[in-house]
Amino acid sequence: MKTKWKISPYLYVLPALFLLLAFRLIPIVMSFVISFFDWSLKGTGKFIGLMNYANMLKDDVFWQSMGNTLWLVIIVVPASIIFSLLFAVLLNNIKALKGLFRTVYFMPYVTSLVAVSIVWKLMFNEQTGLMNILLSYVGIAPQKWLSESRGIFQMLFSGLGINLKGWIGGPSQALFSIIIMTVWKGLGYNTIIYLAGLQNISKVYYEAAEIDGASKTRQFFKITLPLVSPTTFYVLIMTTIVTFQTFSQVYLMTDKGGPLNTTKLIVYYIYEKGFDTLEMGYASAVALALFIIILGLTIYQKRLEKYVNY
Amino acid sequence: MGETIRMTLIYIVLIICGLAMIIPFLWMLSTSLMTQSEFNKQESVFIPKETYYVWDKGNQQQKIILVQEKGKISVVHILNNDNKIIEEYKEVPSAQVKKITKVPSFHWDNYIKAFNKVPFAIYFKNTILVSLFTLLGVLITSPLAAYAFARMEFFGRDFLFYLFLSMMMVPEPIYLVSSYVLLDKISWLDTYQALIVPWCVNIFTIFLFRQHFKSLPQELFDAAAIDGCSTFGMLWRIMLPLSKPVIATASIFSLIGSWNSFMWPLVMTNRPELRVLQVGLSYFNQEASTQTTLLMAASTFSIVPILILFFMAQKQIIASYAKAGLKD
Repeated sequence: MKTKWKISPYLYVLPALFLLLAFRLIPIVMSFVISFFDWSLKGTGKFIGLMNYANMLKDDVFWQSMGNTLWLVIIVVPASIIFSLLFAVLLNNIKALKGLFRTVYFMPYVTSLVAVSIVWKLMFNEQTGLMNILLSYVGIAPQKWLSESRGIFQMLFSGLGINLKGWIGGPSQALFSIIIMTVWKGLGYNTIIYLAGLQNISKVYYEAAEIDGASKTRQFFKITLPLVSPTTFYVLIMTTIVTFQTFSQVYLMTDKGGPLNTTKLIVYYIYEKGFDTLEMGYASAVALALFIIILGLTIYQKRLEKYVNY
Repeated sequence: MGETIRMTLIYIVLIICGLAMIIPFLWMLSTSLMTQSEFNKQESVFIPKETYYVWDKGNQQQKIILVQEKGKISVVHILNNDNKIIEEYKEVPSAQVKKITKVPSFHWDNYIKAFNKVPFAIYFKNTILVSLFTLLGVLITSPLAAYAFARMEFFGRDFLFYLFLSMMMVPEPIYLVSSYVLLDKISWLDTYQALIVPWCVNIFTIFLFRQHFKSLPQELFDAAAIDGCSTFGMLWRIMLPLSKPVIATASIFSLIGSWNSFMWPLVMTNRPELRVLQVGLSYFNQEASTQTTLLMAASTFSIVPILILFFMAQKQIIASYAKAGLKD
């Protein structure tokens, strides 16, 4: 009886453990190993030490993809935090139709990225897309959206006679189009998370503030914002991790990360190196760089936890 | 009064933002019901309208296609009643060419055309198969592991649990290339098992079950033990029947995840017969880039099953996602 009790827990864990070791842990370790090899699938791998990493640091496209990904994260994360918090606060204030709005906001999140990428690609079409039709209603000239490689800051400031070049020109308009779509897609999830967070705040605080004559704006900044900070913290970390992994939009909406590589994101670059040009060792090195960045950022953001009110 | 104004403003903002959230879907739906020429000519944006031209000769009207207008003369193709061209490039007086717009007209046949254009039936079959078998796998591995983690004492339990959790943190793109190499080594590329087996374990679901099992009262287990219930019997006869909400939540997460997964099947399969819906749709996107209306029809029917699931169980789904995001 006693020995059976010792073995049986492992039998329960075994199926999950086996699958995890085989299809997660081993590939993760392999990824590390492959990054030291010159590895195209058909040929046998050749050990080249740190060459992949050295090449990566000299690779302009790698740095450009990294820069594009950073622009994406820097804009998408705050934008989606601000909008989803706004939606959640508004939704928390109403009684009628709450469920309907929640459903509407959540719909983009449950639908497939492939289908909505196709729809957004067509919406950004210069001639027949909905975006330019809507702009024409308010008298704005049609935009080139996904085929414009100039930076958005560069475009905005050129009207004022200021020429911003290089990275201060901002993400290209093509990348910015992808940013709009990405924010739209993920907004519903964060809104729901914030709604749950808001519902955990006791009404007592607001009643007290009401008696003290605090305005709604003041209540928001002094009560709501501090008390949802654990949610903000969670949303910040999760949205950052997820945004770093953006792939399908680039694959489906752009011509191989074009124009001029301005929408090439790091995961798309991994895909391209691994499966288009079959440089699997190099792709693994890039994947590992991505992993280190995500891990580093998560640990760094974890340190912000001390500012969170629980 | 100030309160009424405030509420009105809140509703206005919510409605505008809500429209922004669903306009892409509405546009997708309306475009999917238009003819391609109607879409290209931008004759309508949201409500499909059938527009055609007639040659109005006074005593008689003839259906035509307007090719070109040259001042007072128009170049047209003459159509018969079956919309077949019977006379090409005929010149007629422009004043006699009339535009007739019929509202509304929905071209549901776009759906049939899109469905038959590429083997969507096969893609649907593959997706359903992969989704169901993955779900089955998840529902077998998760409660078993969660049971051990929640209610058994064994050497290395906490270590294993943290190992599981830490692997959940590693994003899919990190091990995509090496998984491809691994599946190649075991000759699994281009097989159903490549799409199913690696996803039969879901750490998050294990976590959900574990939390639930931990919350069940010890008295239940003591009573069952006195009645001579085996260890496995407790899981099968007591815990699982009490876990219906968790099973539902886990199933929803798993089904939505499998249905929408793209990068993995794109990389791991090449044969058209093995394409899942998302991959098939992405190939259709490359092949049919000018057939906007068919592309929209295909996008629509690819999301319909998930939307049906969503509308049927939206309270449960939204609550599950909200709960999953809350810190425990």
